Amino acid sequence: MMITVRKSHHSQTKGLRYNMSNTPTKRVPRPLSPHLQVYKLPLTALCSITHRICGVGLSLGTILVAAFLLAAASGEGPYNTVMGIASSPLGQLILFFWSVALYYHLCSGIRHMIWDTGRCLDKNTAMRTNYYVIAGAAALTVSTWACAIMTL
Amino acid sequence: MPKNTEQDRLKSPLAKARGHGSAHHGADHWLHQKITAIANVPLVIWLVYSIVDLKGASYGEFTAWLAAPLNAVLMILLLISTLYHARLGTQVVIEDYIASPCLRTAKLIGIRLFFFAIGVACIFSVLKIALGQ
Ligand code: HEM
Repeated sequence: MMITVRKSHHSQTKGLRYNMSNTPTKRVPRPLSPHLQVYKLPLTALCSITHRICGVGLSLGTILVAAFLLAAASGEGPYNTVMGIASSPLGQLILFFWSVALYYHLCSGIRHMIWDTGRCLDKNTAMRTNYYVIAGAAALTVSTWACAIMTL
Repeated sequence: MPKNTEQDRLKSPLAKARGHGSAHHGADHWLHQKITAIANVPLVIWLVYSIVDLKGASYGEFTAWLAAPLNAVLMILLLISTLYHARLGTQVVIEDYIASPCLRTAKLIGIRLFFFAIGVACIFSVLKIALGQ
């Protein structure tokens, strides 16, 4: 049976290429496009992946919200236990990271919805709004914790 | 779209559409993600304000706060909106990163069950507190 080998550079099948005598030889590795390991992340890409990381973090955090509400619904003893944990240094640290993730995701999410209207999509505006998102999240986090500490 | 071949002629419209686009689901998913995102903004701001306000609250103070109709209603709205939003969001993340169809389907079923269970647990707890022990 004759095997026709197409001349195009897509002719390798399953990693094999065929030489003139139709015997398979090993595939020659070709250069790939830049990979994450060698690609310096621009700020816009970093901000984008941070939105996703915060979203997934907040999603996992719903387990703690459920634990708190279930404990509160179970009675005074369990409520005091979870409120004790929330007020402990570890609990406050978790709440701090939760507030950072929430505020970052909120500011970045608003930018996403502005992008969805077709606005602010060019490279320079995206770079400028990166700073607005970061500054907004930082300002909201700082003012929330300032309020919490001042009203202790 | 691939060219119409004799084989294609025998395919159902669904079989032809599958794998070539949203088949209407994509737009719904996107829209619901945005609607819940908009709803989330005032609701989470209210939540953070309430958490700061309630820090260190006693059991009596907390249950009295949650029993106020406005607070109970806002809390349930917040839970529905954020949990639905989170399910839609994590679904996209799984679709982006999990290539194996089997594992992907399992995970997509898993997050639906997960967020549904979290939602039922949370809303039941809110109702129990709000409607009296
Ligand atoms: C604070 C208000 C919030 C706003 C304004 C918001 C906004 C958004 C928007 C616009 C998207 C879609 C991004 C895109 O088009 O790619 C998104 C994705 C997502 N959100 Fe939210 N969100 C909020 C709160 C939350 C909360 C509380 C959670 C979790 C409990 C959450 C979890 C997620 C997840 C997991 C994604 C998917 C991330 C991705 O595809 O990269 N969000 N959010």
